[in-house]
Amino acid sequence: MKYLLALAARSAWNRKLTLGLTLMSIALSVALLLGVERVRQDAQESFAQSVSGTDLVVGARTSPVQLMLYAVFHIGEATNNIHWKTYQDLAAQPAVAWSIPISLGDSHHGFPVLGTTPDYFEHFHYGEAQPLAFTQGQPFAGLFDAVLGAEAAEHLGYKLGDRITLSHGMGDIGLAEHADKPFTVVGILARTGTPVDRTVHVSLEAIEAIHLDWQGGAKIPGITIPAEYAGKFNLTPREVTAVLVGLKSRAAVFRMQRYVNDYSMEPLLAVLPGVALDQLWQVVGVAERALLAVSGMVVAVGLCGLIAVILASLNERRRELAILRSVGARPRDVFLLLSAEGLFITLCGTLLGMILLTASSAMLAPFIQSHYGLLIEPKFISADELGLLGIVMGVSLLASLAPGYGAYRLSLADGLTPRI
Amino acid sequence: MSVVKIENLLFRWSAQSRACLDIPALEVRAGEHIFLYGPSGSGKSTLLGLLGGVLVPEQGTLALLDHQLTAMSSAARDRLRADHIGFLFQQFNLIPYLSVLDNVLLSCRFSSRRRERAIASGNTLHEEAQRLLDHLDIAAELQHRPVTQLSVGQQQRVAAARALIGRPEIVIADEPTSALDAERQTAFLDLLSRECITAGATLLFVSHDRRLSAGFDREIALPAINRALTEKEAA
Repeated sequence: MKYLLALAARSAWNRKLTLGLTLMSIALSVALLLGVERVRQDAQESFAQSVSGTDLVVGARTSPVQLMLYAVFHIGEATNNIHWKTYQDLAAQPAVAWSIPISLGDSHHGFPVLGTTPDYFEHFHYGEAQPLAFTQGQPFAGLFDAVLGAEAAEHLGYKLGDRITLSHGMGDIGLAEHADKPFTVVGILARTGTPVDRTVHVSLEAIEAIHLDWQGGAKIPGITIPAEYAGKFNLTPREVTAVLVGLKSRAAVFRMQRYVNDYSMEPLLAVLPGVALDQLWQVVGVAERALLAVSGMVVAVGLCGLIAVILASLNERRRELAILRSVGARPRDVFLLLSAEGLFITLCGTLLGMILLTASSAMLAPFIQSHYGLLIEPKFISADELGLLGIVMGVSLLASLAPGYGAYRLSLADGLTPRI
Repeated sequence: MSVVKIENLLFRWSAQSRACLDIPALEVRAGEHIFLYGPSGSGKSTLLGLLGGVLVPEQGTLALLDHQLTAMSSAARDRLRADHIGFLFQQFNLIPYLSVLDNVLLSCRFSSRRRERAIASGNTLHEEAQRLLDHLDIAAELQHRPVTQLSVGQQQRVAAARALIGRPEIVIADEPTSALDAERQTAFLDLLSRECITAGATLLFVSHDRRLSAGFDREIALPAINRALTEKEAA
């Protein structure tokens, strides 16, 4: 048995070029499979950590997924807003430690504009309870100050002191401009890998101010209120889009959720972000599962290549098998010899694939972190990946039986004198 | 003691085909050097397959060293072959990815009996392989080369060493000299029978070339003992 395995290794080494190429293709396909799995895991983790430390997200009554989409990811638009009075009621609840009202609806070159309070920069957390950090500048203080997310700033090439105008509505083209009331960039946030990176933050009052002379989504003809007079109006918001709520004690979360959902003055919805993010991931997760399936197929193609190479070599090896039979090898030894070869190559290919992946992810991690905000954790292998590799090895074991069986049949038919 | 004893052996490749071998009797005694004359088509390869235990006769008895092959499992026949028979083929006798020494030692890898007999003289396995290779005129510097670099004659002598190591009772040589020129044929034959005598092995030399039969104790002509052939001619 031990000798047979040594013999299989020596024989494989003798055909190292073809088998080496096959081994490489398996290594690459395994690296791809594990890479996709790893990015998938990290993306899901990153996604689940888009918001952290917030106990409840509150908005007008809609579906939890939709509320998360607009309140956290700033995708789509709210069908209804919450009255300011309602927000004040919520914020005054004894269980509430802090609350961040947010107001959406405007954009800047396709990047969503978020109206909020300076509390946002203090209480909004992401990832593993990481606070927002400024690479430059500070939170907004003046009425027409804006704070940019990292990607918005980088993509549009803004620096502190630049003046920007907001557009009414979401989207990029054909929108009415709030050109009369430009904003000044006073702060740029550090990259977070969350939707914050794509957001332009201004104060709630600023959102009111730019809409003073607007009604029903359009400028009121003939009325113009210049920016310098806007501050003289009452800029207390009438409505907000959603509220992020932090509680003094997590134990109160279900009580608070019930309070919000049963709120009598207007129909509201409170969701636990973790639960809603999981639901949302079920929807967007289809794509990543498809990606995993494709990389699984790539591995299958690699294994097929391996089996084809071994089967093709079989005919040239009939003489060799006859010699082994003549010195006493049993047909099942021949079976083992050929099956071991496939398994041996897959094992080496899988190991090499893991090394390739570990090396390349260690090298690319800083690049991916800074460009995609995706944190690739340097790890060798996780339990899930081990499961995947188990499947790869299982399939290769089954596939390797094919050349083994072919050789078995061939050596039975050939006996000691192969007819070549 | 008879080394090979065949009685009323009948072999067909399939139930539909006509008989390939039909041998009423054949006996080879221990220590004999037999020249088995077999032109192509006389059932030579089939007989070797039967003697090696990879084929089973349909009828009759086939005993090897008093073991009834027909009564044994295929694994037991494989074992018997490994323990007691050294095979030597026409050409391409060696495994290309093994060294000369490893090719010789291959016989000992599949049979513990031959391993034990090889070291019974007090030599290690390697020493015993080297001793045999020396006897067969394979110089020491050739012994670590890849076998693909050896000449055909050298390859056949390495194969002979593999057949002889561990002193098997029977050495079966199937046209081992057909790829050699006349001069080397005789030299190889002399060397082989000398080493068989030293090892105390019975030699069964199969060939279609009758000129080589000189020096053998006995010649058996397969066409003469195989009734399947005479029937075919009669038909």
